[in-house]
Amino acid sequence: MEMNSQAFLENAREALGDPEKAKRRDIMAAFTPMVRNAAMESFGKFEPLRQHVRRVRQHTLDNLDHYLDLFEKEALSNGNHVHYAMDGEEMNRIVLDICQRHGARRIAKGKSMVTEETGLSRHLEGAGLNVTETDLGEYIVQQAGEPPSHIVGPALHKSAAEVRELFLSRHDLGERELDETAQLVKEARGVLRQKFLEADVGIIGANALVAENGYSMLVTNEGNGDLCANLPPVLIVCTTMERILPRAEDATAMMRLLVRSATGQPHTCYTSFYSGPRREQDTDGPVETHFVLLDDKRTDILASDYREMLQCIRCGACLNHCPIYTATGGHAYGAVYMGPMGSVLTPLLTSLEESHLLPNACTGCGRCAEVCPSGIPLPDLLRDLRHAEQAAKLSPRRWRQGLKIHAWLARHPRIYHGLTALGIPLLHRLGRRRGAFSKLPLAGGWTSQRDFPAPQRKTFMQAYSNVVKAEKKRQRND
Amino acid sequence: MNEERSNPEGHTRQPQVALFVTCLADLFRPSVAFDSIKLLERAGCSVVVPTQQTCCGQPAYNSGDYDATVPLAKQVIEMLEPADYVVVPSGSCAGMICHHYPRLLDGQWQRRAQDLATRTYELTTFLTDIAPLPPRKVKTAALPPVTYHDSCAGLRELAIREQPRRLLRDMCGVEVNEMQQTDVCCGFGGTFCAKMPEISAKMASDKVNNAVATGARILAGGDLGCLLNLAGRARRMGETIEVRHVAELLSGDLAGPAIGEGK
Repeated sequence: MEMNSQAFLENAREALGDPEKAKRRDIMAAFTPMVRNAAMESFGKFEPLRQHVRRVRQHTLDNLDHYLDLFEKEALSNGNHVHYAMDGEEMNRIVLDICQRHGARRIAKGKSMVTEETGLSRHLEGAGLNVTETDLGEYIVQQAGEPPSHIVGPALHKSAAEVRELFLSRHDLGERELDETAQLVKEARGVLRQKFLEADVGIIGANALVAENGYSMLVTNEGNGDLCANLPPVLIVCTTMERILPRAEDATAMMRLLVRSATGQPHTCYTSFYSGPRREQDTDGPVETHFVLLDDKRTDILASDYREMLQCIRCGACLNHCPIYTATGGHAYGAVYMGPMGSVLTPLLTSLEESHLLPNACTGCGRCAEVCPSGIPLPDLLRDLRHAEQAAKLSPRRWRQGLKIHAWLARHPRIYHGLTALGIPLLHRLGRRRGAFSKLPLAGGWTSQRDFPAPQRKTFMQAYSNVVKAEKKRQRND
Repeated sequence: MNEERSNPEGHTRQPQVALFVTCLADLFRPSVAFDSIKLLERAGCSVVVPTQQTCCGQPAYNSGDYDATVPLAKQVIEMLEPADYVVVPSGSCAGMICHHYPRLLDGQWQRRAQDLATRTYELTTFLTDIAPLPPRKVKTAALPPVTYHDSCAGLRELAIREQPRRLLRDMCGVEVNEMQQTDVCCGFGGTFCAKMPEISAKMASDKVNNAVATGARILAGGDLGCLLNLAGRARRMGETIEVRHVAELLSGDLAGPAIGEGK
């Protein structure tokens, strides 16, 4: 598969051509919505809490300058360093600089989509550092040399058998049994434990930044984030400014939606708040801590018609509920973010030219918006991006013209009805015996995969005008 | 044709309903529009069919061509607003009028769109909530087992789920055999099915397989877009399940071939 969003269709075709993987995706497509719905039902307060958190986040985005200042002030007074990066390159440079100042060679890294966006690990490895992803899913895809296929479950596309093969080839641990999932997890735990202990710098992401106290919040199920944050002497938190929330209770309110939406759990195994470096009375913790806050087009998005996208909390529910994502898998999108949220974000973070096919990977079914814990109108944003695509003349000319002609005809009923009254009866005569066409000129997109049902004898408008005429005649004769 | 009855506002004249036929019924399945007229009249409405109607504009709108959609939307509003009610035998076209016209237009036109939206209903909703079909003695053995496809726009924009099931129960004596994953899209999505045919076909196959697995002989639904897609895919897969619009079932119009079936 190509890491190229414009290769989406070819990638999708390739993904659909692998029945074993497609079957695994089908199982996930049935399973993940089920656990999410069960969690929301037993919670019972999805809609009111969603409205509440949405308002809080809207307020925060409306006053981002204020809360960003407040966060910075509080974070600094806790003893953190705070950096701002305008783009991914700058974030990578700042992080590398911190690592090099400490003479770091080994980095233990927690899961962070922002660093996927900037390609941080590649950048650090390019400078000779050894970076280990410590989230199990991230570790697996790192070992496989692949990007994540899902923003929450990066290795969801891998079977246990594939992970076994991977571990046998990547871990030099001699003869051993690795047939059970538990054995795989145990082996990864052993390998990673060593990496945590050796690490010179820990890098993690954040699910929220709390303005009132300058803390960051992180949820994980493996506790790897806490080990990255607490064992190495230096901690770097890489995130973006739209993670800011005013109060700690806003972060926990958001967390209640996030975790249920992501994995169907009431809460993850670990929910941690990080304040800053170790204080005098503390027995452990890093001695130096940094926040690196990335902008990379967020300011532009904030000022655009797509600002609601900044409310996304990266739960992955829209992926799990999208029939197109579950059909093709995440790699087909050829982008860091995938599924409905990715098809909105990718054009905004890269360019429409590089990714205008993605907003078309949508039937407008609305299941994503229904489950989105932030209430983002994803189908509307995707349609607006198709509008931008159309306005920039990036969509195929043939389509643009065809739709223009159709819309023009629809505005001229006499011509429309005249033409359809000629075409439909002809199509009926040609197709009535079989009832459907297996091939039809100009309908290749349709008939490549399905028959084209033949129309009934006449258009409704033709048939109806005959009924009306007959009725009038009858009335005259009465 | 019908005796006068109270309409919901308590007036004694028959509620006047403009039928928005939808372009797919006009072109591919006129019987759905005739069945709709029959059902509405049975529910005590006087039905007019504005003859200037063509299409609600979804193809251009969903492809992002808002400029081409705006004049069409205005034309539809102007044509339909004289009626007491507008009834549409399609969830997605009704959703277009109710939700997307107000989103697309502004100023005075937006207000007119909003006003029209308050009086526009999808067929099965209208026949349950606004002008209920009178109970009917039917031969209950007449229908083979039925399963129902909930179209996305109807389900999520207009909360249509119980309405067709209730009508099928009350009018035809049929309990719907529910299929797995009823709330998942069939892969039609307007131009999506032609732009991304392989993905669309995978989704349609899943839907057809789920429908067939219920043991139903009829796959019914309320949106011709989905039904044409599913009938076409079922034919390609060699499945013989009949695909029909719910209006056909409710009015007992089962003599002719199902969608995509030959003579």
